[in-house]
Amino acid sequence: MLSKTVAELAGALTRKEVSARELTQAYLDRIHQLNPALNAYVTITAEQALAQADAADARRAQGNAGPLTGIPIAHKDIFCTRGVLTACGSHMLHNFIAPYDACVVERLEQAGAVMLGKTNMDEFAMGSSNETSWFGPVRNPWDQARVPGGSSGGSAAAVAASLCAMATGTDTGGSIRQPASFCGLTGLKPTYGRVSRWGMIAFASSLDQAGPLTRSAEDAALMMNAIAGTDQRDSTCLELPFEDFTAQLNQPLNGLRIGLPREHFTKDLNPAVQAILQEAIRQLEILGATFKEVTLPNNYLSVPAYYVIAPAEASANLSRFDGVRFGYRCANPANLDDLYKRSRGEGFGDEVKRRIMVGTYALSAGYYDAYYIKAQKIRRLIKQDFDLAFNDVDLILGPTSPHTAFKLGEKVSDPVTMYLEDIYTIAVNLAGLPGMSLPAGMLNGLPIGMQLVGPSLSESRLLNVAHQFQKSTDWHTQRPEV
Amino acid sequence: MSWETVIGLEVHVQLATNSKLFSGSATAFGAEPNTQASIYDLALPGTLPVMNEEVLRMAVSFGLAVDAEIGKRSVFDRKNYFYPDLPKGYQITQLEFPTVGRGSLKIQLEDGSEKTIGITRAHIEEDAGKSLHEDFQGMSGIDLNRAGTPLLEIVSDPDLRNAKEAVAYLKKLHSIILYLGISDGNMSQGSMRCDANVSVRKKGATEFGTRTEIKNVNSFKFVEKAINYEVQRQIELIEDGGRVVQETRLYDSDKDETRSMRSKEVANDYRYFPEPDLLPVIIDEEYIAAVRATLPELPAARCARFVSEYALSIYDADVLTSDRAMADFFEAVVTLCGDAKLSANWVTVDLLGLLNRSDLSISESPIKPEQLGTMIARIKDNTISGKLAKTVFEALADGETDVDQIIESRGLKQVTDSGAIEKLVDDVIAANPDQVAQYRAGKDAVFGFFVGQAMKISKGKANPAQLNELLRNKLKAD
Repeated sequence: MLSKTVAELAGALTRKEVSARELTQAYLDRIHQLNPALNAYVTITAEQALAQADAADARRAQGNAGPLTGIPIAHKDIFCTRGVLTACGSHMLHNFIAPYDACVVERLEQAGAVMLGKTNMDEFAMGSSNETSWFGPVRNPWDQARVPGGSSGGSAAAVAASLCAMATGTDTGGSIRQPASFCGLTGLKPTYGRVSRWGMIAFASSLDQAGPLTRSAEDAALMMNAIAGTDQRDSTCLELPFEDFTAQLNQPLNGLRIGLPREHFTKDLNPAVQAILQEAIRQLEILGATFKEVTLPNNYLSVPAYYVIAPAEASANLSRFDGVRFGYRCANPANLDDLYKRSRGEGFGDEVKRRIMVGTYALSAGYYDAYYIKAQKIRRLIKQDFDLAFNDVDLILGPTSPHTAFKLGEKVSDPVTMYLEDIYTIAVNLAGLPGMSLPAGMLNGLPIGMQLVGPSLSESRLLNVAHQFQKSTDWHTQRPEV
Repeated sequence: MSWETVIGLEVHVQLATNSKLFSGSATAFGAEPNTQASIYDLALPGTLPVMNEEVLRMAVSFGLAVDAEIGKRSVFDRKNYFYPDLPKGYQITQLEFPTVGRGSLKIQLEDGSEKTIGITRAHIEEDAGKSLHEDFQGMSGIDLNRAGTPLLEIVSDPDLRNAKEAVAYLKKLHSIILYLGISDGNMSQGSMRCDANVSVRKKGATEFGTRTEIKNVNSFKFVEKAINYEVQRQIELIEDGGRVVQETRLYDSDKDETRSMRSKEVANDYRYFPEPDLLPVIIDEEYIAAVRATLPELPAARCARFVSEYALSIYDADVLTSDRAMADFFEAVVTLCGDAKLSANWVTVDLLGLLNRSDLSISESPIKPEQLGTMIARIKDNTISGKLAKTVFEALADGETDVDQIIESRGLKQVTDSGAIEKLVDDVIAANPDQVAQYRAGKDAVFGFFVGQAMKISKGKANPAQLNELLRNKLKAD
């Protein structure tokens, strides 16, 4: 039961095969059993969850339940939750309890989802392995010696290990898609501006976007129906009419034109991963899609451009963590300078400090043009590459990650190797486009994902393709034995 | 050696919106600390700025009032620095693309000529909070009520050449801002704050000298004094073989001196970059036209109209129109009495004198336009003389309200009965034979003596014109 999709669970709830309370209790029990080993959750809100479950059951009894009413969810600890610790993977916020809910949390609560707790993550979402968390690393349910990916590693591990039915994540450079690939999940990073960033702790404001981590494309569509949409509190949130992301799921794929970026299918890509992608391509051809090569000539610049823009924005976004009003404050500060230096020195971890320093440097007088302005120019070129490609194809398919989940500790000491983890995903954030990862195969007992990228606001189409693929394959139904 | 002073002013105007620039918190002055600070003002994580549209309207209206280019696409930037009263660790401001671009305004110089002062730009930004260093037992308190209050920073070109010009410019800005109603302009409460960039150079030099920036001077008088002090300091420094250091200086009004705050040579690198949480503000012609349609008549236009419509001197018109409330007062008086010249005199001389003596603004005037207008009307219709009107004015200033009742109860009504005046004249001539002789011997100046005597006897109530005429006739005739 616990490993069923949201759509299946909603059916079971409707048919009264199970109550929201029973479902919630069952997940809570499993969390208590498995979380000590996996470290997917940093906060478990059992009491609140059961109360929400009861409310969901009552709502269902009144006949005004939606598909997410009573479905247990986990929130990445980057989303502020009223009255519940929001630490963002950091010592800096180890004591921060927000007096408000993030827009995403609020909307899912309105839809009737039951919050089980908050999930572990790389500190301030800076990382690709969930190893930078102040709460310690998360273990991949498929192999506990391996990482779940990051930064939404706790959410991905929780969904994969059936510690919740669905989870929220955020994606600044691949933080939903890469963990989805490593954990065998469907993860969607929406178009920038689709989902309100209000109440989501900012890493890089022009790149951050919240999205679902689920067991199927259909589940992702159901979550998108709840979280997408205009929010007056976020000026960068797009004003669009309501869109039903499930409406196009069952469209046939006849006539679909898919581009394969030449730059993604090179000798740098693990041959086994390449073979898995070829098999997926063949399957999509059977479903009616046609393929052609496209080129994204500036893609190779995406990682360096990203590692200027994202740290630059982060260096300012993280200035508010100064020990003055909330969060960690050093003991007995001697003066203001000492308060700043030690609160931030002791409150932030190494990777966060590294990025603050990189970003501060990139914005400094004399370097701004050479780094920040140049990176912004590259960003425009990368966007242009996609625009040109989408003249010829409806969407683009490629790898999400160059390989399957790697071992804990394998890359954590080498930041550049870690940064290259996001080589296939980062350009999508820079261009503000929707991208998703869905399971495409298994390699040595580990899942591997493929990435679909579409033009701006093409989420429904991406979900349609993913859903059709999932109807004809069973990679997304594979579950780890924990 | 002859020196020339070069001054540019940066004026921060707190815009009179009900809520803050990027949050819904109230902006009222003087509330209990931190009672007007929302989760955004506290910079709690995940909160985001949402632009207050009223701020944009105010900035654009200012831009139109100084004939400035309006930025069709203005962009907010982050200015990064750490300070406890700056909760986000950055201030949201506009660096490269301000809402208001190049404009200008005219000031009147003492010799009566006009000078155009360039306005480089005016940009929208948020104010910081306040650090309170007293009453916290060696610690500091932070009050974030002011944090996020909208400011318009108006930057002038270095066109000002002495402290008087700087003050004239500042007063002109102040006047425009009050006309537009975009700020209360209260300098002592910090609603209008001025930083002055001051340098000196040898007369005829084309390069600017090294400048210092005098921070936060909070009255017109102090701006003048601070600049004069600083100019003198710089000249003496250079003449003694020294060198002006580029730095920020603070004006101490108690000691009437400026002193170094911090050196700009080790200044912060603010690491400006475009604010990713806000979209660029796009302003189209339609919006500009709509704002333009709401603009009131501005001081320069009103001054020109007063000269042409009321035949006032430029000086009087300028004095009257520099303050919107004053100009409104004047026009209300004119409407009642129908005499612009008399009204201008009474308002600029007597009323302004009264207000200055008691340190009141025009809106606090104890005499209302209706009363002054009625009083002048009584002069016009010969009920009272201009001289006795002063008594009426004093009574009004002391709180009496009814002009006609004041005239009645004090018996100030003018004597216009020619028989009565004639008797008065006869009495004066009879009582002063010596002076009559002098007058008739050609000493015209003695005429005033007779007028004085007659007025004294009539307690000032004799109609002056009638009196003069009768006196001349009688003195001649005998």
